[in-house]
Amino acid sequence: MSLANPKIESSNQIVQDEKQLKIQSRAAVVWKRYKKNKLAVAGLIIFSLIVLIAVFAPLLSPHKPDVYDILNSNIAPNKEFPFGTDAQGGDIMSRSFYGARISLGVAFLAMICTVTIGVIYGSAAGFFGGKIDNVMMRIIDAIQSIPTFFLLLIVASIMVPSILSTVLVLSVFGWTGMARIVRGEILSLKTRDYVEAARATGETNRSIIFYHILPNAIAPIIVIATLDVASIILSESALSFLGLGIQPPTPSWGNMLTAAQDLTSIIDYTWTIIAPGAFIIITVLCVNFIGDGLRDALDPRMKQ
Amino acid sequence: MFEYIVKRTLQAIPLLFIISIISFALMTLSPGDPTAIYENPEANTKSTPQDKAKLEARLGVNQPIYVQYYKWMKLLVTEGNLGYSFEDGQPVTQKIVDRIPATLTLMGTAIILSILIAIPIGVYSAVKQYSKLDYFFTAYSFLGIAVPSFFIALLAILIFSVKLRWFPVSGMRSVYSHLDLWDRIYHLALPALTLAFGLIATKSRFMRSSMLEVIKQDYVRTARAKGLSERKVIFKHALRNALIPIITIIALQLPNLFGGALFIEQLFAWPGMGRLSINAIFIRDYQVIMGTTMIAAILVVIANLVADILYAIIDPRIKFGKN
Repeated sequence: MSLANPKIESSNQIVQDEKQLKIQSRAAVVWKRYKKNKLAVAGLIIFSLIVLIAVFAPLLSPHKPDVYDILNSNIAPNKEFPFGTDAQGGDIMSRSFYGARISLGVAFLAMICTVTIGVIYGSAAGFFGGKIDNVMMRIIDAIQSIPTFFLLLIVASIMVPSILSTVLVLSVFGWTGMARIVRGEILSLKTRDYVEAARATGETNRSIIFYHILPNAIAPIIVIATLDVASIILSESALSFLGLGIQPPTPSWGNMLTAAQDLTSIIDYTWTIIAPGAFIIITVLCVNFIGDGLRDALDPRMKQ
Repeated sequence: MFEYIVKRTLQAIPLLFIISIISFALMTLSPGDPTAIYENPEANTKSTPQDKAKLEARLGVNQPIYVQYYKWMKLLVTEGNLGYSFEDGQPVTQKIVDRIPATLTLMGTAIILSILIAIPIGVYSAVKQYSKLDYFFTAYSFLGIAVPSFFIALLAILIFSVKLRWFPVSGMRSVYSHLDLWDRIYHLALPALTLAFGLIATKSRFMRSSMLEVIKQDYVRTARAKGLSERKVIFKHALRNALIPIITIIALQLPNLFGGALFIEQLFAWPGMGRLSINAIFIRDYQVIMGTTMIAAILVVIANLVADILYAIIDPRIKFGKN
């Protein structure tokens, strides 16, 4: 190694430095634009706090999240139980902290699935075009015509509910929006000169899509992925609320609200729905703000 | 024009075909033995394998899947028959027909309310951009998108029915009041407003940006230059054009609206299609679930079709014949 040509090494170093400089400056530009949007910054800060709560849930929780103590059921918020306890005597604060892990984790996993399927499907439709595109897009039209929640409920009712099945339910039809956006991007990018050049040098379709087209479509993909997280959190909470998603004793923000289906319980014990409801709303708000901020920062041409 | 309508209608047919395939595929994926419900658990006699085979032959479940699909489709197209409920053997079509007026009343009211409320909000926010009220409405629209529909329904019941006692907690009418219009409206108000809560958020946002777009147009400047009053410029020249895209939004919101109605109907004990579907999910009555899903999807397709045609009629800039 020490015998390697120092000249080459140093020139490699320069190339690497330049690369880093370039990446930094691009990130810096995006960050500078992002910072201008105060809501987006606030959203990012609060969302980061919620993520930290999820990560450090064991340290922050005053009680065990899945240990029920029926003698302590439905206690109003006090010093020992800052958010009160639920009908089974579970500590609502601990449960919402651990619930953050489940709700955010499920949303993040499902988002990765929808992005993967959506990007591949959308790229294929946009890249091949013509009849293939036409058929693929009609399938998306059909899926999008079926009210989303009916689809979710059907898929959920087919499977035995668990954390993984919930991820699957949320991803199996959730990729259509992403696919549509990616297809549109690909359609406009594939006629660019650099794609023609890549084709002329004999590159395969796959490498053209993954190395030449997709990197240029990354901005809308990131934005849609972020906004998808918000809608997935909402869907998960609704599924779990109906008892078709995450199953107790594993806490999720949605299934913590299940007890509220019985009206008498929220009339007398209103605090049981406040914390999980607030966590859902605040998280979704923050993610939406981050998504809007990213849209403005990554690609000022994109508008709602 | 006629040609355009025919063409768009024909385009909807393959869509419905794909929807039926998806529905059918999901239905056949569903677990459980369709012959199980014919077994009387209280009878001492167990059915023999031969009996079971006979029953399977009669139900057609032993046939290849494409034959089953063909038969299902044929019944649906020729007789409007969506199969029979596993729960009580009633025709699914009849069940849906019984429930659909309640759902359409609820959804229709919510749509009309949301239009009536969202348009003034959108216009105001655009005309008085960055005013205090504009910020307030913006905050509302962010919140309207972020709050789960079941949560807003819970809060609405808690605040307006239980604490303030302004509205009844649940149901479509009071006992012994069959045709009392006021009683109906009294029961409809809260679920419809709750359902409209999210719709108003997106519609007013959309109306605002549509209006902002239109205000910048040359013909609005011309109208101002002519010396028309601001009121006339806004309401006669700008608003009319800004309203056109709203038609599309109403149709696009429909799938979400069906989803929202599921929860509202469930929580308000509103005897509609949504409540029927959720109950069917809990007892795994797949025939009913598929039926309601198909009907909801067909309604969405029709609504989109109508929206497209209306759009073409109202906006002459859309070229007929070309997509």
